Amino acid sequence: MTLEGALVTPREFPTNRGGLCQKGWTSGALLSNPVRLTKPLLHGKPVSWDTALDFVAERIERIQGEHGRDGMAIFGGGGLTNEKAYALGKFARVALRTSQIDYNGRFCMSSAAAAGNKAFGVDRGMPFPVTDLDDADMILLVGANPAETMPPFMQHIKAGLIVVDPRRTATAERAMLHLKPAPGTDLALALGILHAVFSEGYAEQDYIEQRTHGFADAWRIAAAWWPERVERVTGVSATDQRAVARMLAKAKNAYILTARGTEQHASGTDTVNAWINLALALGLPGKPGSGYGCLTGQGNGQGGREHGQKADQLPGYRKIDDPEARAHVAGVWGVDPDSLPGPGRSAYELLDALGRPHGPKGLLVFGSNPVVSAPRATHVTERLKALDLLVVADFVPNETTALADVVLPVTQWAEEEGTLTSLEGRVLHRRPALRPPQEVRSDLEVLQELAIRLGSPAKAFPTIPEEVFDELAKASEGGIADYSGITYARLRDGEALHWPVPSREHPGTPRLFEDEFAHPDGKARFIPVDHKGPAEPPDDEFPLRATTGRVLAHYQSGAQTRRIDDLMKAVPESYVEVHPDTAERAGLTNGDMAKVESRRGEVQARVRCVPSMRPDTVFLPFHFPGENSANRLTNPALDPTSRMPEFKVCAVRLAPWGEA
Amino acid sequence: MSPRQIVIAGYGMAGSRLAEEILRRDPEGERVSLTILGEEQHLAYNRVLLSGVVAGTMKAENVTLHGQEWHDRVRLGVSVTEIDRDTRKVTLTDGSTIGYDTLVLATGSRSWIPPVEGLFPDAPGVHTFRTLDDCEGILAAARPGAPVAVLGGGLLGIEAARGLVGRGCQVTVVHPVGHLMERQLDQAGGKVLAKQLSTLGVEVKLDAKVNGYVPGDGLKLEDGLVPADMVVVTAGVKPEIDLAVKAGIAVDRGVLIDDCLRTSDPRIHAIGDCAQHPGTMAGLVQSAWEQADVLADLLTGKNVAKRYRGTPVVTRLKARDVDLAALGEVHVDTDAEDAEVLCLNDPTRGRYAKLVVKQDRVAGAIVIGAPDAAATITQLYDSRVPVPSDRLAVLLGRALPSEATPAGSPSELPGTALVCRCNSVTKAQLVTAWRAGATDVTDLASATRATTGCGSCRDAVCGIADWLSTTT
Repeated sequence: MTLEGALVTPREFPTNRGGLCQKGWTSGALLSNPVRLTKPLLHGKPVSWDTALDFVAERIERIQGEHGRDGMAIFGGGGLTNEKAYALGKFARVALRTSQIDYNGRFCMSSAAAAGNKAFGVDRGMPFPVTDLDDADMILLVGANPAETMPPFMQHIKAGLIVVDPRRTATAERAMLHLKPAPGTDLALALGILHAVFSEGYAEQDYIEQRTHGFADAWRIAAAWWPERVERVTGVSATDQRAVARMLAKAKNAYILTARGTEQHASGTDTVNAWINLALALGLPGKPGSGYGCLTGQGNGQGGREHGQKADQLPGYRKIDDPEARAHVAGVWGVDPDSLPGPGRSAYELLDALGRPHGPKGLLVFGSNPVVSAPRATHVTERLKALDLLVVADFVPNETTALADVVLPVTQWAEEEGTLTSLEGRVLHRRPALRPPQEVRSDLEVLQELAIRLGSPAKAFPTIPEEVFDELAKASEGGIADYSGITYARLRDGEALHWPVPSREHPGTPRLFEDEFAHPDGKARFIPVDHKGPAEPPDDEFPLRATTGRVLAHYQSGAQTRRIDDLMKAVPESYVEVHPDTAERAGLTNGDMAKVESRRGEVQARVRCVPSMRPDTVFLPFHFPGENSANRLTNPALDPTSRMPEFKVCAVRLAPWGEA
Repeated sequence: MSPRQIVIAGYGMAGSRLAEEILRRDPEGERVSLTILGEEQHLAYNRVLLSGVVAGTMKAENVTLHGQEWHDRVRLGVSVTEIDRDTRKVTLTDGSTIGYDTLVLATGSRSWIPPVEGLFPDAPGVHTFRTLDDCEGILAAARPGAPVAVLGGGLLGIEAARGLVGRGCQVTVVHPVGHLMERQLDQAGGKVLAKQLSTLGVEVKLDAKVNGYVPGDGLKLEDGLVPADMVVVTAGVKPEIDLAVKAGIAVDRGVLIDDCLRTSDPRIHAIGDCAQHPGTMAGLVQSAWEQADVLADLLTGKNVAKRYRGTPVVTRLKARDVDLAALGEVHVDTDAEDAEVLCLNDPTRGRYAKLVVKQDRVAGAIVIGAPDAAATITQLYDSRVPVPSDRLAVLLGRALPSEATPAGSPSELPGTALVCRCNSVTKAQLVTAWRAGATDVTDLASATRATTGCGSCRDAVCGIADWLSTTT
């Protein structure tokens, strides 16, 4: 899009085709918003930058002196530019020398990342340009609601659409077939469809033999999940499972796409692998015009997870415990490889450890609002309060800045240069359009100032985005997400560069897997996965399943969108979608204020009776704070591989608000 | 501390699952030392899929449950001949003995052959339908065009009949009772099923009194001959309880077990088809697997408080073009006083739905030819969630439109109707914008942002613009 003053107008671009939803149109309102943070705050009072930064540096030194390097922690965000994400990771490892860094992308796409790495040897959300979808005659969308979360994306869905979602969402309404599994049973559904594919003779035997490993072991599990058995677990009829198998198999070009509904489970990685197994059995990945992909959640969901703000990761999608990776990155950074810390705690584990005897005592937050967005939010809030030092860099006040000792006002999207990597692995250059308010600094400047105060040379933390990018490119050289051939100049020239781009002459890689997968032998892997079900199944005390998600008018924790009048007019408050009978049994009718309660907390929400809801399921959007925060309910049961919390299903009960 | 010796007698659906579940909980064999005895020569296979093998949708090698590594874990081709409970030893068919700390009977069941003159397991042309070997025998004999009699019109008989007619055999189901699947279906349901089968080419003889079998001719009924090159006997199964009886363990129809899956000898457990628990019906894989799950927790000490309380029985036919589910109490009349009974009977189109509701919960149901309803009702039954008040919608398997569908004409659309979801634009906002001078689609888009998101509302906005241009 382009920007004049604070007015946004769309422009033609392959991913959105010139379309903007209400969030895009109104995004300019945030730039001139009166609540904008414009001065550093120390314990709530405006102070000079020097005062604020001196205070922070002094506290950091004291904490690390008393509690060791890991006494300090960093929490980043998937909305940060690649440059910021990279600089944040470097700041943690070089300036703070702490292992304790992770980010909110752990709550977003970590399961798909883990599953993609297992199956394909690489994690790039879409290993093909999004425009490839235009020619598909069948798309299976699992746990994705782009009609609300990414409306312009819907323009790429031109023919057949099958949607798997427990709710009849705006996306499901456009589908020719909508499967409504009970929340937490998607993995079983994938196994049932795989069973149907194989038993109806639709499996691509040649592809399986030539391009994959491990089918026999995966099949042995799927063999025990015949569609009639799956029906009993999921509520999706055996007939529909077979129909999906047939529709995908008969399509000339077919795609399977997954998103948060698939990933945000304690078995999220396995669940994504189950859908990848299905795609592999049908021979889709790497076949021209077909494939498997994952839809990103945040502005820089893809790039944000490639360059080192993840606990176990170094730039270029390198592993932090790989000696070669450490040597390479340490070389670029000019430090001793042995000085780099090892892997730290994952996002929820990090938040959960804050202020505990062996946990970090200080935390720097960049571009995230964990008070609203983390699972078991009440508990996370208590952990944040237990810190000796909480520093938050953001551009609008939010529920986390409200707890901070120090708030640092930083630039936002239209005020800064940087790159983002889109869901199709394409690196996009963002030019600044506006001057930031006078006292606002960029995150890169903040990191440099702090690094200097902590004893690093200024040149280790450049503040010009292009310089940071050039360093990032070097650090990523030879890694999985190799940006070494990308320059701002090439991006400014409008080149469409999809990583890996291993040299200045390399044209980029819009399509991975055409010839081989990224495992050393070039083959994809079937991962043998089995259905386990939700970590917290409903019982007599908490008989309903709650699931959470987004609405069109809001974004993430709502810190930005709740500041915009038009969006608040569209969706002013939290609500709970519930089947009319379930509401009635709880003594509620449409429009009443309800109390939704789980083992971890309770939430106030306006009742919306929705006849298409499953009677055993309620839905709450997670954009609202305080008493309305859906994450007061959610279960922090973690996926063993991705450490993703189980946002998408927990056991709850429903009652009128104000009732004991 | 040495691991406890556990012997599993039987390597079918129940025994193999128990072995898996124990290995999953104790992968290093620290708690439990397992001996698994399998009578058949095959690695464990999925019996449920055998009707698929007969129907040709599945190959025999694809129904295997275990990989080759299990050859080292299981002793194939042997079974227990005797239990000595005093010395805690079992004697095997090869004459050897094994001591046990705990013995699990997972001996399954065997096909029952009704007493009919000339009908013996090894008589020419007679096949039972229970094992992979049975299946291979049936397939070898199932020549296209050949007459085949299936003796017994229960679930298995119907699946076999459906499979064989699909292979081109001329199939007659011979059933001694007045309607098919009488345990699971009421009479009307049985009729719809019979009609559906006849549409597919399967003949059904009900109330059949079989007097004899003549190899080469077929089954002699009281009222004539059913020609058959092959008779597939699916007349029911008998739990394998001989071992238990000989050892003095309490039995009824099966080996009696409690909620810990214990027999009358607390050192001996039983699961699967050979076992009889008050909470379920024998012969169902779901029960066997749930029992295996509980027993593995108990035997490995993983969760000693775990108990098996029974499995609600849901019968689901697996036969192409026949969608049938039956569960709970179905033999209840529509005028019963203690239950709400809804019934929809459409035999011409092969549809039948009966729903028995007691105290707002599903007590029983028969659903033929309505797959969505079958899925929903089964979940309501299993989860004990109250039945939605729109009972008819439940019976039909889909929610009826609860509000009027959007009117076709823009003039009838209410002002509050959301036209552009991406930008929260209602019809009223478009009308207002029009009146303020935005009198074509482009101007309406710039004024309200309708159509500028995913673009799917473009037609609706054009319709509203056309309507406004003709009315104002």
